[in-house]
Amino acid sequence: MDVMPRWADVILVPVISIILAFAISGLVILGIGENPWDALTTMVSGALGSTYGWGYTLYYATNFIFTGLCVAVAFHARLFNIGGEGQAALGGLGVALVCLAVPWPHWALALPAAILGGALFGAFWAAIPAWAQAWRGSHIVITTIMFNFIAAALLNYLLVNTLKPQGSMDPATARFPEGAHLPTLAEMLNPIGIPFSGAGPANVSFVIALLACLLVWVLIWRTRLGYEIRAYGHSEPAAVYAGISPRKIIMLTMMISGALAGLMAINNVMGEAERLVLNSVEGAGFIGIAVALMGRSHPLGVLLAAILFGFLYQGGAELALFTSIPRELIVVIQALVILFTGALDNMVRMPIEALFLRARDRRAAKASAEPPAGPEAKTEPAAR
Amino acid sequence: MDFATLLQILDSTLRLSAPLILACLAGLFSERAGILDIGLEGKMLVAAFASGAVAYTTGSVWIGLLAAIGASMALSAIHGVASITFRGNQLISGVALNFLAAGMTVLIAQSWFGQGGRTPSLFGGARFEPVTLPFAESLADVPILGPIYADLLSGHSILVYVALLTVPLTWWVLFRTRFGLRLRAVGENPAAVDTAGVSVVGLRYASVAIAGLLCGIAGSYLSTGLQAGFVKDMTAGRGYIALAALIFAKWRPWYALGACLLFGLLQALALRYQNLDIFGIPLPTQIMDAAPYILTVVILAGFVGKAIPPRAGGEPYVKER
Repeated sequence: MDVMPRWADVILVPVISIILAFAISGLVILGIGENPWDALTTMVSGALGSTYGWGYTLYYATNFIFTGLCVAVAFHARLFNIGGEGQAALGGLGVALVCLAVPWPHWALALPAAILGGALFGAFWAAIPAWAQAWRGSHIVITTIMFNFIAAALLNYLLVNTLKPQGSMDPATARFPEGAHLPTLAEMLNPIGIPFSGAGPANVSFVIALLACLLVWVLIWRTRLGYEIRAYGHSEPAAVYAGISPRKIIMLTMMISGALAGLMAINNVMGEAERLVLNSVEGAGFIGIAVALMGRSHPLGVLLAAILFGFLYQGGAELALFTSIPRELIVVIQALVILFTGALDNMVRMPIEALFLRARDRRAAKASAEPPAGPEAKTEPAAR
Repeated sequence: MDFATLLQILDSTLRLSAPLILACLAGLFSERAGILDIGLEGKMLVAAFASGAVAYTTGSVWIGLLAAIGASMALSAIHGVASITFRGNQLISGVALNFLAAGMTVLIAQSWFGQGGRTPSLFGGARFEPVTLPFAESLADVPILGPIYADLLSGHSILVYVALLTVPLTWWVLFRTRFGLRLRAVGENPAAVDTAGVSVVGLRYASVAIAGLLCGIAGSYLSTGLQAGFVKDMTAGRGYIALAALIFAKWRPWYALGACLLFGLLQALALRYQNLDIFGIPLPTQIMDAAPYILTVVILAGFVGKAIPPRAGGEPYVKER
C-alpha cells in the first residue's frame, strides 16, 4: 500500500503544494501590476527584520497555533471543525468574564483561571455541535458553520446590551484590571539581557501555545484516548469493533478541539486588547484550517505553519502600509494554501506516486533477472 | 402594523429572498448530484464583483451579467476539478474558494478602480431597473388586490422574477426529465448510474456548472439590482444562509422557495426594526440575524422532521478497475 517513502509523504508533497500556492500568489501580485520580489522583501524585512516585527509575527503565530491545533485534533478523528472562529469568540467571552470577575492581584494567578475560562467556554461551544452529530446524526461541518454565526450574534448582543460599561458608546467590555496584564515578550526577555522591542503584542501566551503543541502531541500519540481518536479517524467500523464508542470519541475530540480554540483568547483578548471587543477573533479560526492542513495535523507542523502564517499576516500589514497591495493578499494566499494542500492534494500526490512507482519498478527489474512485480504494483489504486 | 407597512415588508422580503433562492437552488443541483458546496458564498461574491466591474466599464448590465456567470462558473470549474477529477475533500475545496473570492475581489477591485476594494456606483444602463408588470398602474386603485399587484409583485428587477421562475424550472428539470433523474441518482448511488453506462463524472460536472450559473445570477443581482455597485464582502453570509435554507428545505425545490422566503422575511424585519416587540417581549435584532442558523441547527438535529441529505454527498466516486 505504501507507494512512497515516508519522507515524500510528509515533506515532499506538502512542500510542492506550498510552492505551487506561493507561485500562483506571485502571479496574482504580477497580475495586479506589482513586483512579487519587492513584495516578498518588504514582507520579510517588515515581519522578520526586527524584534518589532517578530513581536507581531509571534503574536499572530500564537493565535494560529491554537486554532491550528483545534482543527488538527478534530482532523485526527476525521471530524472537520470549521467552528474554530465561534469557539475562539466564546473563549474570549470566558476569558473576559474571568478577568473582570475578580480584581486579580497578579497575572500568575489570573492566567490559569483565564485558561480555564477560555477552554471551558470554547469546549462548550464545540460540545453542542458534537452532541448533535453524535446523538442526532447532524453534519458537524454544517452545524459548526452555523455556530460561528450564532456566536457572532450572541457576542454582538452581549457586548452591545449587557457587557458594555455604563455610559460607553463602544461595544466592548471594560478594561481588565492591572493584575490581569500578561507580560509581553519584551518584559520577559529584557530583564535577562536580551533586547526585544516592547511595541509588539507577543506575550507569555506564546509559551503556553508551545506547551499546548507538546500536550497535543502527547495526547494524540502517547495516550490511550489519542490512540482511540486516531483509530476512529482511520475507520469507524474497526473502532467500533475494537470497543471504542464513537459517541465518546466525537464528544471528547470536539471538546478538546473547542477548548484549544477557546484558549486563543488568552493571547488576543487578555494579552493584547486587555478587553473584549467586537469581532475579536478576526478570522484566526479560519486560518487554523490552512495551518492544520499545511502542518499535516502534526503539532510540529502546526507550529511551523502557524509561524509562517504569522509572518504572512505581519508582512501583509507592512505591505498594505508601504505599497498599494491591500491586506487581502493574505486571504488569497491562505485560500491557495488551503486549496493546494487540502483539496488538490491528489493533483500533486498522483504524479509523484507514479514517479516513485516507476523508480521502484526499474529497481526491481535491475535487481533480478526474473520479471518484476511491476504489473501488480501498477494496478494498485493510487487513491485512498 | 397597517396594510401599507405589511406590503413594504413583504416587498423587501421578496427583494432579499431572490439571491437566497438562486443560491439555494444552485446548492440543490450540486448536492443532489453528490457534490457538497459550501462555496456558494464565494461564487456569489466573485459574480457580484464581476458584474459590478464589467457593468460599470461597459455601461451594459447585460454584459455584466454574462461576466458574473463566467466568473462564478470559473470557481465552479476549480471546485469540479478538485472534488470530481482529483477526488479531493469537497468541504475543504469550498472553504478555499470562499477565501479566494473574498481576497481576489478586493485585490482586483483595488487595482482596477483604486477605491478601497469597491466599484464605482452604477447608474442608468449599468443597473437592472425595476420592471413594471402589465396593467400595474391601472390596477393599483383596486382595493387590497390592486396594491398587492402594483406594489408587491410589480416593480422588481427582472432577476427577481428569474429567481422565482427558477423554482418551477428546477422542479421540472430534476423530477420530470431524464437528466434530472440521472442527476438525482448520481447523488444517491453513483455506482448504479455508472453501471447503466452513464458518465458519473459528466453528470457531476454538469451539476456543478449549473450551480455556477445560478450563483452567477444571484451575485449579479446583489451588485446591479439590490445595490448599485460592488462593495467588499457584500454577500454578507448569504451563501451560508442559502445553505441553511437548503437543509431546512430538505433538498427539495418548492420547500427551498419557502425556506428562502422565510429567511428573507427575517432579514427584512431585522432591517426595518432594530428592536421588535412580540407580545410585549423585546426581541433584539441579533436574534433575527441568528434565527436562520438556529433553525437550521434545530432541523439538522432532527427535532422538526429529519433532514436526510443525498446519500453519496461528499464522497468522491472511484470507478472500479
